[in-house]
Amino acid sequence: MPRYTFSVNGKTVAVEAPADLPLLWVLRDRLGVTGPKYGCGIDVCKACTSHLDGKAINPCVVPVAEAQGREVTTIEGLAEGDKLHPVQKAWLEQDVAQCGFCQPGQIMAAVALLRETKNPTDAQIDAIQNVCRCGTYFRIREAIKSAAAKM
Amino acid sequence: MGGPAPRSTRHEEGAVDRRRFLTVLVAAPTLTLALGATTASADAGSSVPQPADILDSGDALILAGTPTAHLMLVLEVTESGEVRVELPRAEVGQGITTAVAMLVAEELDLPLRKVRIGLADARPELLLNQLTGGSNSIRSLYDPVRKAAAAARARLVAAAGELWDVPAGRLVTRDGVVVSPDGRRATYGSLTTRAAKLPLSRITARPKPESEHKLVGTATSRVDARAMVTGQMRYALDLDVPGAKPVMVRRPPTINGTVRSVRNEAAVRGMPGVIDLAVVPTGVAVMGETFGQVIDAVEALEVTWNAGTVDALSDAGIRKRLRAAVPPPAVPPLTDHIEAEFDFAFVSHAPLETNCAIADVRKDRAEIWASLKSPIIAQQDVAAALGLPERRVTVHVTQGGGSFGRKLFADAAVEAARISKAMGRPVKLMWSRKDDMRHGRARPASHHKIRVTHTRGKVLTYEHRVAAVETDFRHGVGEFLTATATRLPVAGNMSFAQTVFHLTVKVPYRFGVVTESLNEVPLKMHTASWRSVWSANTRGAEEIIVDELAREMGKDPVAFRREFLKTARQRAVLDKVAKEGNWGRDMPAGCAQGVGFHDEYKSCTACLVEIDARNPSRPRVVKAVIAADVGRPINPRGLEAQLLGGLTDAISTTLRAGLHIDRGLPLEGSYSQFHYARQQDSPTNVRIFIMPANGEPGGAGELGVPAAVGAIANAYARATGTKPRSFPIDFDVDFTPFPR
Repeated sequence: MPRYTFSVNGKTVAVEAPADLPLLWVLRDRLGVTGPKYGCGIDVCKACTSHLDGKAINPCVVPVAEAQGREVTTIEGLAEGDKLHPVQKAWLEQDVAQCGFCQPGQIMAAVALLRETKNPTDAQIDAIQNVCRCGTYFRIREAIKSAAAKM
Repeated sequence: MGGPAPRSTRHEEGAVDRRRFLTVLVAAPTLTLALGATTASADAGSSVPQPADILDSGDALILAGTPTAHLMLVLEVTESGEVRVELPRAEVGQGITTAVAMLVAEELDLPLRKVRIGLADARPELLLNQLTGGSNSIRSLYDPVRKAAAAARARLVAAAGELWDVPAGRLVTRDGVVVSPDGRRATYGSLTTRAAKLPLSRITARPKPESEHKLVGTATSRVDARAMVTGQMRYALDLDVPGAKPVMVRRPPTINGTVRSVRNEAAVRGMPGVIDLAVVPTGVAVMGETFGQVIDAVEALEVTWNAGTVDALSDAGIRKRLRAAVPPPAVPPLTDHIEAEFDFAFVSHAPLETNCAIADVRKDRAEIWASLKSPIIAQQDVAAALGLPERRVTVHVTQGGGSFGRKLFADAAVEAARISKAMGRPVKLMWSRKDDMRHGRARPASHHKIRVTHTRGKVLTYEHRVAAVETDFRHGVGEFLTATATRLPVAGNMSFAQTVFHLTVKVPYRFGVVTESLNEVPLKMHTASWRSVWSANTRGAEEIIVDELAREMGKDPVAFRREFLKTARQRAVLDKVAKEGNWGRDMPAGCAQGVGFHDEYKSCTACLVEIDARNPSRPRVVKAVIAADVGRPINPRGLEAQLLGGLTDAISTTLRAGLHIDRGLPLEGSYSQFHYARQQDSPTNVRIFIMPANGEPGGAGELGVPAAVGAIANAYARATGTKPRSFPIDFDVDFTPFPR
């Protein structure tokens, strides 16, 4: 079985896995990194949203081979120790989470958006496809705007 | 809470702690219920009270739970000064652990961060007191939690009094410390061992007067939010149960189909990462090293299936049967009248966490981890499925990734237990999204016929006949609720579903002689209560009729509702949204306001929305103003969250989200097909107002949906000049269904 070496949240990992095994299952089932969630497995719900070299990806459809030599960041790697990322802080301030299951993905999507766009418009926020079944969208919107203002 | 995995050893440690440290188990107050004398009947004008005006489902649940209410809460003060409560309820996002932590902190004069709320394992001795549903958690916990915490505080104070030889009445508590008049201080942690040894009979305690509440009633953020935003919250499948391996099930092409034969078992067993395979009543289970490999193996299975239970049924046939089940109106239309019929589609609960559970079944015992709203029934069902005595089954309740009614049932726990038994090892069972939508439970479709007669500005009769596909209630309230309700003279001898219908659905308006009825059509499909049960459809349809009635009688929708609502409290929330939402303001063509009202769970709410339907194929609710009176808010911020969720549910199910049934199976298999709202469908302006405390706490978890359904449909009707009758409004099959 091929062996892949890449970084997860700043730590180098090496895993033996089939090349086409989705990264989500390498993270969850092999490495015990459970922040990214399964919600659909086909890049529709976006609950697993994480970053590959700083860009948003959905590891449920990214083969592990694509991570070779690159940097994977999940929700667990967003804060620096105890110091939360401004987007996480904004999520706490707006008390966004209800069941919380989609929120790691929502936060990673918001961080990726704010990297590209310092002050996203409502239309740009509308383009975030991550499903929140608890329906927290308005608080997510407010949290993104609040984080943008502080970053 | 939520963070570390619940381990079986934790409870053994807890047992040791409980001998050493103060734990409190306090009798709950006896519930007194004044039958007949309600605010509604006092002010009801021409309408007699309906059953739900007298005794609602929450009252019935509390009554049914009364015999074990004194066992419900065990509160423990640790040596580090933390207070721990194992709550016999599910946390699925509704924020009950935060609200209970607030009540405990308030009563004990303890910082909120020092309160730890865990979720209790199934506790069969609680009988009916471990059910999370009916928007009833705060209603059923408010008194018992405060009493338990007040008793703990009294004992800690008594322990300090004994230590210092000072009368307890001269001691005060603040921030988790007992303080004497001369300034001596003892932390709760330092007092807990001494307090545990005090004779119980010496100490009496009463909860604080509500006028002294400092934390309860103030906007408070979720106690579990940090774990959620850092990815540390552990849901069932995030737990590391030793040896538990990923498992999924290949399911039949129609609902309740069964396996006849597996044609390529050897080939699938030989696929990379596959560990085991077993045929179970629900399909073919495959275990593998990773879920990614299991997904491939399940896809590769070639299975011959036996028929399911509704193979011949599609939407058209179901609608026909529902229409046939609605009796004709009883009141002849001799005066002015309006009539309308409504259809509502099946709706998936679609919690983001699909059905899932971990099961470790051994020869003589079993252990389950899952998010469960009725864990005692889960324990019974698992025991029955395995042929084990109930006491040999341990059920751990994990934090849930959404429910909306789905987790009333333990489908995944029972299935995981069967698979673990068949494979002889622990399993981590996950349903695919496709299976969760197609074979998971759903809100039943319903058909509604309404006739209202009126003359000279008065409504004479109001008749609403509902037919719905049968809702499954076998999650552990049945006999008790029915037994309670049938003692009411108004309810009579009804089926269980009809009892729940009459304990939840009521018309809040003075509409003369009111008749509402439910006829169920039994179909062997997977159904369950869906946030607000029948109220979203039944009351939603009624709010549409209220608008049409107002128009026919030449009245403004808000003014009409004001005139016919029964109580001042109801009118106040309506007035609040009308004022804050600037009701009646000019709107561009294709845009409109709409309003809706709902009263249930001893709470009431009004919702005003603005819709932009200038693109008629993709209308969007752009603004919402909501007001709610819940009697006594515990955490206004949590209440706002629940109302926001109810609004999003209403946007989804009114405009675009539903399931098409086609030859025995829903067509929808993911969120790209079941159109639950996304950010682009959500309003950019939402304002929510929680009315000040004026009584006892009412329920709120499901409260927001029906009023918002009415408001959105009414706004859509005005913006487009149509009369919406079938929901969701935009319900084309705009996708290629996944293979069966």
